[in-house]
Amino acid sequence: MHDLTTSLSEIVGHRYVATTPEECYFYARDPGLMPAHEPDYVVVPKTVKQVQEIVRLAVKENVPIVPMGAGMTLTGLTIPLRGGIVIDLKRMNRILAVNEKARYVIVEGGTSHGVLKAFLERHYPRLRHSIPDAPPTSTVAANVMIHGQGRLSQQYGFNSDMVAGLEVVLASGDICKIGSCALSPEWFSRGAPLPDLSGLFLGWFGATGIITKMALKLYPGKKMRDVEIFVTDSEDFIPDIIYELTHTEMVEDINIFAQPLPMLFKDNHHVVIYLTGDTDEELEFKRKMIFDALEGFIQRKDGGFMSLAAGIQHTLLEMPQRSASTFADVTKGGGFEYSGPIIVVDKYPHCARKLAELASRYDLAYNATARIIGRGHCMMFAFSFTFNRADSDMMDRARHALSEASEFVLSVGGVFWKPTVYEQRMILEKMHPQTRSLMQMIKANLDPTGILNPGNWEIT
Amino acid sequence: MEKMVTGQDSRVLQECVTCYACEEYCGRGNHPFYFITERRQQKGILTAPRAITRQWINVGEPRGRHELGEIKKKVLSFGFMPQFLQLVQGRLFDDVMPSYVFGQEFFCNVVYLHFANTSVIKDRLPAVIEQFRELGVREVVCMHDECYAAFTSLAPAYGIRIPFKPIHYFEYLYARLQQLRKEITPIKVKVAYQRPCSSRLCPESHHFVEDIMRLLGVDLIARRYEGQNALCCGSIFRMMYGYDLATDVQTRNIDDMVAHGVEYCVFNCPACQDALGIKVAKRQIHPIHIIDLCRIAIGEKRETEVP
Repeated sequence: MHDLTTSLSEIVGHRYVATTPEECYFYARDPGLMPAHEPDYVVVPKTVKQVQEIVRLAVKENVPIVPMGAGMTLTGLTIPLRGGIVIDLKRMNRILAVNEKARYVIVEGGTSHGVLKAFLERHYPRLRHSIPDAPPTSTVAANVMIHGQGRLSQQYGFNSDMVAGLEVVLASGDICKIGSCALSPEWFSRGAPLPDLSGLFLGWFGATGIITKMALKLYPGKKMRDVEIFVTDSEDFIPDIIYELTHTEMVEDINIFAQPLPMLFKDNHHVVIYLTGDTDEELEFKRKMIFDALEGFIQRKDGGFMSLAAGIQHTLLEMPQRSASTFADVTKGGGFEYSGPIIVVDKYPHCARKLAELASRYDLAYNATARIIGRGHCMMFAFSFTFNRADSDMMDRARHALSEASEFVLSVGGVFWKPTVYEQRMILEKMHPQTRSLMQMIKANLDPTGILNPGNWEIT
Repeated sequence: MEKMVTGQDSRVLQECVTCYACEEYCGRGNHPFYFITERRQQKGILTAPRAITRQWINVGEPRGRHELGEIKKKVLSFGFMPQFLQLVQGRLFDDVMPSYVFGQEFFCNVVYLHFANTSVIKDRLPAVIEQFRELGVREVVCMHDECYAAFTSLAPAYGIRIPFKPIHYFEYLYARLQQLRKEITPIKVKVAYQRPCSSRLCPESHHFVEDIMRLLGVDLIARRYEGQNALCCGSIFRMMYGYDLATDVQTRNIDDMVAHGVEYCVFNCPACQDALGIKVAKRQIHPIHIIDLCRIAIGEKRETEVP
């Protein structure tokens, strides 16, 4: 072990290698419910070359590697299940290039959403990216790696759909470029018109390679942004409301939430509708289109636009929103986890009812949150529970509730988003056998010694 | 009205948008709007979408989390409008503050008239009155028209006795400004007053607007949509009926202010200010609550300090 510490120090400098228990403690866990497991080493490289050397060293020593951004998945995807080396990519946080007219940015693998947002606001105010509602330290590469969603997902799909090119360090230590950047200085496409190889890496949680650079598509950044909340007293209306809203093509982002507290939100489902514009006229035109689209619901008294106090409006317009973090500690004790499957919008009523039933049965504080992905093509539905980490009984109840939610989701045709290793096993069991074989083939070829984030997407 | 009195259907039951103006127009104290509301509830005719009604009823439910200042015989009632916790400052309120109450326990619930639901009011209002009685207060200065009207109009109409003297805060402000008269520097600006719907439930207090403006030395302009012809802020219309009615009412109202060269739009109800503040500001009219206007006049605030 001492030799490996020395070797890692020679690659990145001794300040950027950690092996002490207090340092490894933090890399052993995330804020979710997955059991902790400590790494043997934490290493914080600055360059792609250093990443390559670390990977080559790990292969030589047959030591597992877990690449990590901010470690915010909540589902344990950066917990080193078999120990080894956690490669913390946060020092690789440079923004390398922006092509304003082609609307893309090239960033290093550890660049955070907060840094990118601040950079664009300062230097390219007419451009923006699809920022998720995760803490701003969450990284762009990790977010696309888990198929995250953000403020522009209703318009443009999963954040991973917005990838325009990748640079990946393979298990051999070699660099591989994916997309137009494989043969052109421009990073405008991750695949088309070539075979799209990005799927060999996106969604694999680092089990097939480590993203060291990536290009992300940018989109028009409008000067003005506003929010409306349409409330309805029945989950059964939600699919039709979403269908009408997405038909307008006037909406930036659509979120839905339902929760029993505070009383303002009790008993109802809230469709949060964001709209943007460069002028008051543009904003009002869109607002009228949105109101008109839901006029039938208002006439039938099935829903209406609630009055928004300035405080709520301010909170909702934050990017990213801090309210998620506030809810995460509503029970006190710092425990929060959600099962956030991707489902078709039609299944919202089923999931909303199941969540309320689970929360009641397990006596847990809960929140349902959903985000529309694409023009109603699907949604992420979060079964969220908070718990007190000092209360083991409450943690057990939360585990059981989440486990039941997972089983339920599969039964209604949903697919887990950023699944825990247990959920990955459930997926692989249910998956079409030829698909499973193809995944096995890809993993075996890209990670022949099985050192890349072992435990994840393991097919036996 | 005859149809409604005899229990028949009337288009009023479907089309009334709850502006409350008929309460003011009726000079005989027959409370036509309370009657319309009762009939609507009896017939199950909803004004607002169910979710909106439910939301408002939930929000007003007493939760035991009210806030009390140092209670004296005279108190200010903020009802359940948190804006007053910020607005009520300075010498204007020296002789009462910090004697105040705030929270659902002191929320008059009159707003449910908009939602055709008098039973919530009848359930909760006696408990609110009881809260005041238990505090032993003699005079309650109501910071909102609804609160004042609950005690001076609605409670008497339903035979509920009030064990204290309700005072409209306009009356209080006017008296206080007279005491501070020497400190008033006239504000020579043209203002429009945004009259709230609930002012229709207590029209006897409306004259204080003119009285106060005169004391402050502002020019309360005569315009089309003032007094009995006032247009509401539109926020209730927006929730209940959607975009078109609210936008029409708001646009006509603000166009009228602009046409008369108004510089300040003076608000009484914080909810009206929430609904119209930004909209008037976009037309170069300064939105201001009447309390802040008074504080500018007595030199406690500068215009630039008012949000």
